[in-house]
Amino acid sequence: MSDAEMRRVTAICNGTVIDHIPGGQALQVLRMLRLESGISNPISLVMNVPSDKLGRKDVLKIEDRELVQEELDRLAIIASEASVAIIRNYGVAEKRQVGLSDELVNIIKCSFSNCITQNQREPLPQRLRVVSRSPVEIRCSYCGKIQDMAEIHERII
Amino acid sequence: MEYPPLDQIRESVMGDVITMDDLTNEEIIKLLDNARKMLPVAKGDIHLPLLQGKVLANMFFENSTRTRMSFETAMKRLGGEVLNFTSAGSSVSKGETLFDTMQMIDGYADVAVIRHPRQGAAQYSADAVSIPILNAGDGAGNHPTQTLLDLFTIREAHAEFKDLNVVLVGDLRYGRTAHSLSNALARFGVNLTLVAPESLKMPNEIVSDLKSLGGIVTETDQLYEQIKDSDVIYMTRIQKERFPDEDEYSKVSEIYTLTESDLIGSKENMIIMHPLPRVNEIHPSVDSTKHAMYFEQAFNGIPTRMALLCKSLGIDISREVL
Repeated sequence: MSDAEMRRVTAICNGTVIDHIPGGQALQVLRMLRLESGISNPISLVMNVPSDKLGRKDVLKIEDRELVQEELDRLAIIASEASVAIIRNYGVAEKRQVGLSDELVNIIKCSFSNCITQNQREPLPQRLRVVSRSPVEIRCSYCGKIQDMAEIHERII
Repeated sequence: MEYPPLDQIRESVMGDVITMDDLTNEEIIKLLDNARKMLPVAKGDIHLPLLQGKVLANMFFENSTRTRMSFETAMKRLGGEVLNFTSAGSSVSKGETLFDTMQMIDGYADVAVIRHPRQGAAQYSADAVSIPILNAGDGAGNHPTQTLLDLFTIREAHAEFKDLNVVLVGDLRYGRTAHSLSNALARFGVNLTLVAPESLKMPNEIVSDLKSLGGIVTETDQLYEQIKDSDVIYMTRIQKERFPDEDEYSKVSEIYTLTESDLIGSKENMIIMHPLPRVNEIHPSVDSTKHAMYFEQAFNGIPTRMALLCKSLGIDISREVL
């Protein structure tokens, strides 16, 4: 991020900065990370700022919270190009890579109404495989149905 | 609900056949060669107890005639035993999960065939148990053992697959038979014509898969103009039980019917296939023509399923039968 962009929101002391989220997707990212309600951490959100890489991008700053790998896996589903910096004492302490695994286990629930996994009492984990990364295409490992990416945030487990 | 960790999933077993992707082209050809060797055993002319002492569990959570019976005949003619399960009257009607039912079968049998109304049930079962699972139809998903007998029938009639003109007709949306067969045919270089009304077209993900497999695929709603150039016409039933409402079903239920007179001008060696049961798709007048292959096709379930059971149970037919 450039200084000008940094000044759009206050620098944070400790927490996580997610940069290079595709423009307009920040609210979905919050939902994917289950940060949209029920937490008290301050969150700053910048949407649709110009970006050389993406044209338009969103930026999220989450105070006093360091995202873990499992959360980064979720993030990758809708923002695989995002970069994540862990901030400690106003400095970048660590950069973490967002990576989309080949298989998503217990992250997304299959949307197909006749999939065997729709029976809530069946105990095996939800498994979906990533068949394409650009654009992201995800299929249920059981029924094989392609998942609708526009609604994927509603299927988060 | 809280989901359990991944370690509950069993390792995939070599003998599982859930979709046609579980078999390479070479494995398919070997199975078809082995099925041919099994023909005299399938007819009962030779006694060959290759599977003596082995137990097959026929797990049918949905109706079946040919698939269940041909698996049973295949197993018994090879000297094996069969446990027949139907969900009516079992613990499933008391609310038992598929996972729990399959745990029991894991201990009772050496191999299981499963048919289930829900899509993905066969893969789910394979993840739940350590014995080989053969998918005999999961909802509108896949039916790979039907595909093997279909391939066997086509190969016996035409010797080669490459460049054949195969026309798949009817319910391509819900028809699991058509889903699995089209996948295999695309892999063998067949020219595929998919004939269906708009509401029953092949699902987009399958058409996209067929094209990525290198298949030459044409989609149309016109059947009769295809007949002249066809080598294989594969009719399927419009499946009433898969329609959400009766009105939608009645709009398309009799859209494609073949009669003897429709076949005038067709190729000499063109064959008509159908996974059966048929309703109105093929008029009985076709039965006595040289093109009718559907009853022979139903018989072919026995030798192909013999070959598949042997493969799943680690018996090498090419070593056992010269």
